[in-house]
Amino acid sequence: MDASMQKQPLELLPEVCLLAGALATLLSGSFLPRQRQWVARLVAVAALLGAVVTAGLDLAGTAHTVYAQTYAVDVATGAVRVVVAAATLLVVGLGVDELAGSHRESETYALLLLSSLGAVVMAGASDLLVLAVAYLLASVPLYALIGASRTGLAAEAAVKAYLLGALANILLLGGVALLHAVAGSTSYAGLSTGLAGAPVAVVAVGLVGVLAGLLFKAGGAPLHFWVPDAAQGADPVAAAFLTTVPKAGALVAAYRLLDALPGDGAGGSGVDWPLLVAVLAALSATLGNLAAFRQEDPLRLLGWSTVSQVGYLLLPVAVAGRSEVALPSLLLYLAGYAVTNLGAFAVVAALPHRRTLASYRGLARERPALAAALTVCLLSLVGTPPTAVFAGKLTTFTAAWDAGTVWLVVVAALNTVASLFYYLRWLVPAYRTGPAGGHPDADQDQDQDGGPGDRRPRPYAVAAACAAATAVLLLGVGAGVVDALVDGPLAR
Amino acid sequence: MLSLVVFLPLAVAVVLAVARRLPDAAARWTWLVLSAVEVVLVAAMWLRDPAPAASGLRFEERARWMPGVGSSYHVGLDGLSWPLLALTVVVFAACSVHSLTARERPRQQAALFCFLQTTCLGLFAAQDLILFFVFFDLSIVGMYFVISGWGHGDAGRSAVKFFLYTFLGSLALLLGFIGLYLAADPHTFDMVELTRAAPLEGGGAAGAAVLGAILLGLAVKTPTVPFHTWLPPAHTDAPAIGSAVLAGVLLKMGTYGFVRIAMPILPDAWRDWAWVVVAVGIVSVLYGALVALAQTDLKRMVAYTSVNHMGYVVLAVGAAGVVTGSAEQARQVALVGAVVQMVSHGLITAALFLLAGVLHDRAGTYDLARFGGLARPAPRYAALFAVAAFASLGLPGFSGFIAEFQVFTGSIATAPVTAVALLGILVTAALFLRAIQRLLTGEATGHSLGFGDLRVTELWSVAPLLLLSLLIGVFPAPLLEVVEPAAARLADLVGR
Repeated sequence: MDASMQKQPLELLPEVCLLAGALATLLSGSFLPRQRQWVARLVAVAALLGAVVTAGLDLAGTAHTVYAQTYAVDVATGAVRVVVAAATLLVVGLGVDELAGSHRESETYALLLLSSLGAVVMAGASDLLVLAVAYLLASVPLYALIGASRTGLAAEAAVKAYLLGALANILLLGGVALLHAVAGSTSYAGLSTGLAGAPVAVVAVGLVGVLAGLLFKAGGAPLHFWVPDAAQGADPVAAAFLTTVPKAGALVAAYRLLDALPGDGAGGSGVDWPLLVAVLAALSATLGNLAAFRQEDPLRLLGWSTVSQVGYLLLPVAVAGRSEVALPSLLLYLAGYAVTNLGAFAVVAALPHRRTLASYRGLARERPALAAALTVCLLSLVGTPPTAVFAGKLTTFTAAWDAGTVWLVVVAALNTVASLFYYLRWLVPAYRTGPAGGHPDADQDQDQDGGPGDRRPRPYAVAAACAAATAVLLLGVGAGVVDALVDGPLAR
Repeated sequence: MLSLVVFLPLAVAVVLAVARRLPDAAARWTWLVLSAVEVVLVAAMWLRDPAPAASGLRFEERARWMPGVGSSYHVGLDGLSWPLLALTVVVFAACSVHSLTARERPRQQAALFCFLQTTCLGLFAAQDLILFFVFFDLSIVGMYFVISGWGHGDAGRSAVKFFLYTFLGSLALLLGFIGLYLAADPHTFDMVELTRAAPLEGGGAAGAAVLGAILLGLAVKTPTVPFHTWLPPAHTDAPAIGSAVLAGVLLKMGTYGFVRIAMPILPDAWRDWAWVVVAVGIVSVLYGALVALAQTDLKRMVAYTSVNHMGYVVLAVGAAGVVTGSAEQARQVALVGAVVQMVSHGLITAALFLLAGVLHDRAGTYDLARFGGLARPAPRYAALFAVAAFASLGLPGFSGFIAEFQVFTGSIATAPVTAVALLGILVTAALFLRAIQRLLTGEATGHSLGFGDLRVTELWSVAPLLLLSLLIGVFPAPLLEVVEPAAARLADLVGR
């Protein structure tokens, strides 16, 4: 194509939906009285549905770039659009009970939409400058979301996330500047030619800087410290969102960048990035698991579990471009992980009075549907077939082995066994019968906070949990269909 | 037809799980009717198309599932899977009869066992590695919930140990499967295609490593020494029908994996590893028998005899890989013995565990020292226990004799050193005779006083299992006709 900028706004319809939705939600929320904020919710839901549908229709298109090769419209962007929009929809669903009528309802929706737009653009960015802007767009709303609940824990988590995020941002921008300096271009197409023969040390430092920024967003070691705090301190809505959606954007962005580097793996660019990413993957998986072992708060446990999941998600990134199943496996795992993780968070959101693992005792007897949803989601996080994450693990392991990184596959498999242990620590009490006597739930809850609060599970969150669990099983059994949908080349 | 047999229990399980208002009695009878229907269906299939003499699968079905990763929904039966499929429906039917008097959450229990039945049937029917793995893993999940939900004693801890241990095994298995998939060209998880291609033939270290991973996974499940430590606590704390299914069906998944996956797909590596497998088999036989001899807890004793009995199977499949200087005939006999031993052990041990469960049901303990002279207050119990014990120690006339006779005939002919394992039979005989003596003979003492004899449901769950064992012992021909052609083909494949 010629250099006439290829301005095709229709190609970006899903992104436009998200942006317009965010603005409309914010405006409508500003002019509506407190008890009519549900209109803003409808606007947000409509925008997200629009994004899912337009992105889904666009999935089968051919891979190409738009706007002077700064943005890729291909299967990876398409998959992230669908995953992010659907995941945000689920987040809105699981948060309705909590947010409905609250003073920050419409603002929360607007922030969610903006941050998810940032995640999508990160995944699609085919130019370092677009990536940097998308990074900011995805990050800034997150800080607000984390701190929104105004508790001590939330404030601490927000400050931690903000400081670490600012550091990562500087590293990212520094990395972009360095890579631009040696390659003479910020577009990925330019990088893949310009970096060949560039000074290895400079390329390495620049690459590490950019990767650091992306790792922060993905919540992978060693920039993961904000994740468990945020998962525990923020609202379940914010926690569910920030452990799911930014990962999708950041990991696909990392894949796209590494895939664009010259040479085959450790070849042309002279930087052995596959080894670096593989070590980071092993580190994330192991650290996340070890830290999750002793957690008592389900939210904090989930926070650490997402750190370990990033480890598995980095497997295909470590072999980017060296196995033809790497990209589909990453996208499949992302889709499965998103719906599974949100399902687990939805269960926690449905039971706001159960804040320790021990308090889940008796859940199976009192709320069999929620217990079933929790079981499906946790077993999926472990990677038990026939669930969504099993399909992801199977394909990512295959991709990593295919590219010759067998040691990493073995580390990941051992970590999977270890992870079973702490997920079981949560499941085991759920299937124990409650303390003897008439109404175990009532007794137990009164012991905890004494107040006569609402003991029933929150209906929207229950529905979201059940929907997610169903989707987990469907995605697992229908993995073949999804796998075929996300199989395609990257645009550059 | 085969898919119907596999997934019908799952459908019933879903109904039972969802129908919260179903009365307990209705739930118990639903399960009983389902398991009866399964027995009838399998019997009808067996009668219609019994012996797959020619190569190839019967009741084969194949559908697209995950074409992107070379996996399909592929099921079918041959002479190796047929007997185990039949064993599964029989053992589950016995359990459903046994639980007609179940008191503790019978609806959920029935749902769980129906789910487990699907995983077992699906595993034995699977002709695709991923499908095999799906059922393999789900059987672990199902059994975990059986032990932790309906067990006694330190059930939670035993269940977690069982889950972690066997899950580790299953992941080793998965790694091995991925290795096979990547070695095949074109990449595939299909067992039939992999058997034809034998992808790692002459692959040296890669073949050995992949087989090592698969062997580890299967050895944990079987279990063989030194990976057996999850078994005794799991059995001791599991409910009676849980133990019956665990020992009767789930352990067979490990040994079935040897004959279905490891041997035909990796013949080269199997021959290299054959002596290791033989050694592990011998150690399992002797160690299992000796440790069982030292037990005072009946259920632990039966659990360790399982290690011993599964050791014979491991011994036989190992001997079948010792190709140099052995006749194909002998290797084939060893393989037939291995398959018959799986069926025989399934029937007899399921019966023994159900009988052990009766002790716990009446007296709350399995401690042999606290019983004595049961023959007088409970003659039917004593008779069935004696029959089961004699069947288990390999008395001629029962299936165990047919199996062990062939195992040793074949194994000693190929590898004379395996004769050492004959000592295992001796020790097993001693320990069962001692158990009979302690439990049944003499004056009634301890918990035996006022011990209620077998109820109808208990009688009719145990007796058919033992009758079948007797039937196979007296008329082995119908079973052997099915197994022999498949064993011959397998011996061929390993020798290629």
